[in-house]
Amino acid sequence: MSPEILSLEERFQSRIDAEIKIEPKDWMPEKYRKTLIRQISQHAHSEIVGMLPEGNWITRAPSLRRKSVLLAKVQDEAGHGLYLYSAAETLGISRDELVEQLLTGKAKYSSIFNYPTTSWADMGAIGWLVDGAAIMNQVMLTRTSYGPYARAMVRICKEESFHQRQGYEIMMTLAKGTPEQKAMAQDSLNRWWWPSLMMFGPNDAASTHSAQSMKWKIKRKSNDELRQAFVDSAMPQVEYLGLTVPDPDLKWNEERGHYDFGAIDWDEFWSVVKGNGPCNRQRMRTKQKAHKEGAWVREAAMAHAEKRRQRAVEQDEKVA
Amino acid sequence: MTKQEALFIYTLQLADNCLILGQRLSELCGHGPELETDIGISNIALDLIGQCRSLYQYAAEIEGKGQTEDQLAMLREGSAYRNVLLVEYPNEDFAYTMVRQFFFDVHHYLVLDQLKKSTDERLAAIAAKSIKEVTYHLRYSSEWMIRLGDGTTESHERMQNAVDELWLYTDELCTMNEADQLMIEAGVAPNQAEIKPLYYAKIEEILEKATLAKPSHSWQQYGGKEGRHTEYLSHLLTDLQYMQRTYPNMEW
Repeated sequence: MSPEILSLEERFQSRIDAEIKIEPKDWMPEKYRKTLIRQISQHAHSEIVGMLPEGNWITRAPSLRRKSVLLAKVQDEAGHGLYLYSAAETLGISRDELVEQLLTGKAKYSSIFNYPTTSWADMGAIGWLVDGAAIMNQVMLTRTSYGPYARAMVRICKEESFHQRQGYEIMMTLAKGTPEQKAMAQDSLNRWWWPSLMMFGPNDAASTHSAQSMKWKIKRKSNDELRQAFVDSAMPQVEYLGLTVPDPDLKWNEERGHYDFGAIDWDEFWSVVKGNGPCNRQRMRTKQKAHKEGAWVREAAMAHAEKRRQRAVEQDEKVA
Repeated sequence: MTKQEALFIYTLQLADNCLILGQRLSELCGHGPELETDIGISNIALDLIGQCRSLYQYAAEIEGKGQTEDQLAMLREGSAYRNVLLVEYPNEDFAYTMVRQFFFDVHHYLVLDQLKKSTDERLAAIAAKSIKEVTYHLRYSSEWMIRLGDGTTESHERMQNAVDELWLYTDELCTMNEADQLMIEAGVAPNQAEIKPLYYAKIEEILEKATLAKPSHSWQQYGGKEGRHTEYLSHLLTDLQYMQRTYPNMEW
């Protein structure tokens, strides 16, 4: 590496160490840029694919109020996808390229959305656990070193905490409801608990991107720290609901001041990441289908905008 | 039919149109051509569901049998729904979705614009609130009519097909049954005979801007307002009513 680059990198790191945000026009190491593009776009794609499992229940929501809230929530996710794509675009990649990466399977999205939503209670469990786990990560990211990403996160976090509350409220209504409703809530918690813990990613020792991301303050807490914080915050809520988690090893550890929990099935985690989860294929097909069927609409919108531009030019020429 | 019964039916007609169209639009969330249209269409769906809630709450009070908005929305038989046929038509493609929306929005706007002067204060207040939203819906669907009608050859063809197909459900919006007549006489409801020329004039204005032809056929379908629906409605109700039917008498 040339001495010039070395000194640029040193200056870059010293800005990070001094907690000065990196902005789009600032010099940054190529690997920092690539890491951010990967991470922000994965996050955007997760919002977009995440619309599908919840969208699955909008038409079947049990009351008009629940239908409105769920629709608003899924719509917020589309909005989050938009801000995040915009944040990624500041790093020199276009939204079209990012969408292409999603649709060809080159880019990943959160594996949690490859699990099926089989009952109404899943709308509760997703809001409460999945959004709850996402918030742990996102609150940390409001202080991430890249300015546009940090600012997008501030906005997203406000909406996510509303989503989490509405999810927990669904669970509470079910848990206090009839035996059938309580069973529905328990079944849903059984299915979403472990995948939610997996959302934080591999254990620190096995995480390939973590060390450099921590040094660059893209991440500020490790996967295991965030996972522990999540379990610690979720357990009192589980107890309040009168439900149980599907983990016989889960218990309060007085000495550590944290909950201990059992070993995660990393074979399942990697299998879903690699495309073999219950819904990977359906999710991709659904997004590919929507994109393909919408192509004529996007083309027509472009063609119409071009016609208008042409007409405006002709009009100007006439006036001149 | 008493005036009270007519008011109940009239309010249900308004509510059912909003519910069924809102339900149709909510099927699309996550499946649209781009993120912006997903957001736009969900917004309209949300507005319509919000409007139907206010209307069902009022209808339940008029009826006075202690029904809730959800019971009215989700626990009637298909033939008790009083929405027009247009709104139950499926989302065949984005052209159908937009043409259906446009045909509905023009009428919805004209009705609300009169209804806000209704002698029934509650309906007047709901209309005054709703028209702000519907003004935006109409602008949105009109813009898409023009964009896609005057876009590419393919988009033009698709739009023309959808216009030709959905045209036969337009006149029903302007029909008047016994409940409508009673409500017009009471100064509650706008007179559809006055709305009809404005309705078709606005449609023709936008079709022309969109370079689309007004269909030459005059064949029209009716029946939704009297509970005679298309085959599509019961499928939509299967989803809409699923939870309430499977798990009756529970709080959600």
